[in-house]
Amino acid sequence: MLKSELAGASTAERLSVPRSLVPGRRRGVWGDRLYQAAVRAAVLVFVVVVLGIAALLVYAARPALAAFGWRFLVTADWDPVAEHFGALPFVYGTLASALLGMLIAVPLGVGTAIYLAELAPFWIRPPVAFLVELLAAIPSVVYGLWGIFVLAPLLRSWVQPGLARGLGFLPLFQGTPYGVGMLAAGIILAIMVVPFIVAVSREVLLAVPTQQREAALALGATRWETTRLAVLRYARSGLLGAILLGLGRALGETMAVTMVIGNRPEIALSLFAPGYTMASVIANEFTEATSDLYLAALIEIGLLLFVVTVAVNALARLLVWSVGGAVKEVRE
Amino acid sequence: MADGIRITRLNAWFGPRQVLRDIDLAVVPRSVTAIIGPSGCGKSTCVRCINRMHEVVPGARVAGRVELNGEDLYAPGADPVEVRRRIGMVFQKPNPFPTMSIFDNVAAGLRLAGVRNRAALHEAVERALHHAALWDEVKDELGKSGAGLSGGQQQRLCIARALAVEPEVLLMDEPCSALDPIATAKIEELIMELRKELTIVIVTHNMQQAARVSEWTAYFLLGELIEFGPTRGLFTSPRDSRTEDYVTGRFG
Repeated sequence: MLKSELAGASTAERLSVPRSLVPGRRRGVWGDRLYQAAVRAAVLVFVVVVLGIAALLVYAARPALAAFGWRFLVTADWDPVAEHFGALPFVYGTLASALLGMLIAVPLGVGTAIYLAELAPFWIRPPVAFLVELLAAIPSVVYGLWGIFVLAPLLRSWVQPGLARGLGFLPLFQGTPYGVGMLAAGIILAIMVVPFIVAVSREVLLAVPTQQREAALALGATRWETTRLAVLRYARSGLLGAILLGLGRALGETMAVTMVIGNRPEIALSLFAPGYTMASVIANEFTEATSDLYLAALIEIGLLLFVVTVAVNALARLLVWSVGGAVKEVRE
Repeated sequence: MADGIRITRLNAWFGPRQVLRDIDLAVVPRSVTAIIGPSGCGKSTCVRCINRMHEVVPGARVAGRVELNGEDLYAPGADPVEVRRRIGMVFQKPNPFPTMSIFDNVAAGLRLAGVRNRAALHEAVERALHHAALWDEVKDELGKSGAGLSGGQQQRLCIARALAVEPEVLLMDEPCSALDPIATAKIEELIMELRKELTIVIVTHNMQQAARVSEWTAYFLLGELIEFGPTRGLFTSPRDSRTEDYVTGRFG
């Protein structure tokens, strides 16, 4: 016993492994400190950037904040000549176009993801997934061009007259079919957002354990029942995350929407009517904003867009947490 | 109910790899049949062929006959969904639905079968949980998630879930391999109770378990059925030397 201990000690000496417990003598401690400091600094950069953007927006928007106060949020006037500025049509336009886009994109995107993860023959999965994800690589200005030259004429001469004939009793489908307008913006947004929803949803669905599917199948569930009972329920918090990621993009999308929404600061119930979004008005009018108040009003809209986006994302986090709580227990 | 499960010339493949070769096996109703054998011998595949679960794996293929009370489960018009409603299954790893309460887990199969009546559901769930010897442990927390239970309780919850639809046969694919000895003993006790009422086929790599719970044992090796007979006989005086090597621990 004693002999073997001695032998062990001598081996250690021979290998000259440091045996001291006092830190600081090994170079690893400095490496660790450096590593921690570097990582902390990286995080700090982002915190500073986010807070800096918020502070700068508030600072630059001061003239508008002082002139209109909270009424800026509820006024529908946007008259640069008379210097009357209200953000309501833009907030409405952003929320309405994003909502419309999500109404189209969620069933389409989640449905595609379910098909790719659960039903499609194996050989077809990679090419289809690749094609869908390719949609995300198309620049948004190209979507805008397509919207103007293909989608808008199509809507004007076929889709909108048809909708008006069939569902014209609803205020949503009344008025002149211009082609460009809220409906066009919603459709463009849906197409742009679908690849993100598909990509994330597909990953989430593929992460559902096979045992869950087998549990449902062995109980006598059909394919659809298996998807509903075992897969979608298990994956619901992740799917919600995928949807909200898409919503975040829809809220901030600028170029394509600007090109097809019609750019008129009005609040109309009809989907055929033109609208305007927060992002679009900033992009369109920033160069023309000659007076300080005009510029400040545009910056305040930027601040609002920032706040709305942060609020939607925070809400999204909360939702994902509250839904995800039940699942987390089992995943261990 | 006369003649239980009869398997005739059953062959199964995963892609090009054949995992079962010409299996002939007759399972006596209201008894426990154990399937033993080394890993990869096809014993799990064999039970998964009985409730047509083998074919859900991409590339998997089955040929041959499996009859339940004289009906061919692989007949052209046979619906696998219907087959699985009549033949319950418990898996190796407990797999309750984590987003559902204990109650909803047990009721899941009934709801799939179209049972909507609340009173009927409650009665069936309670009966199934009693059956699975879990009622006393969970009766006050039926609304809680099944995921909060211990491994052994989760497995009994899965058994209750399978029993709730009143299957004629219960297949168990290594149901205790993820459990500790105490939980295993409880499941074995449960199997002894259940065999009075239904036909059980249990896959196990634990020979002691096969000896304890089963009346019949089948020994599989490399996709072939080497020997099938009364459990006692197979363990004490195996006819085939390969079976003897395995049950005496010289191999596997």
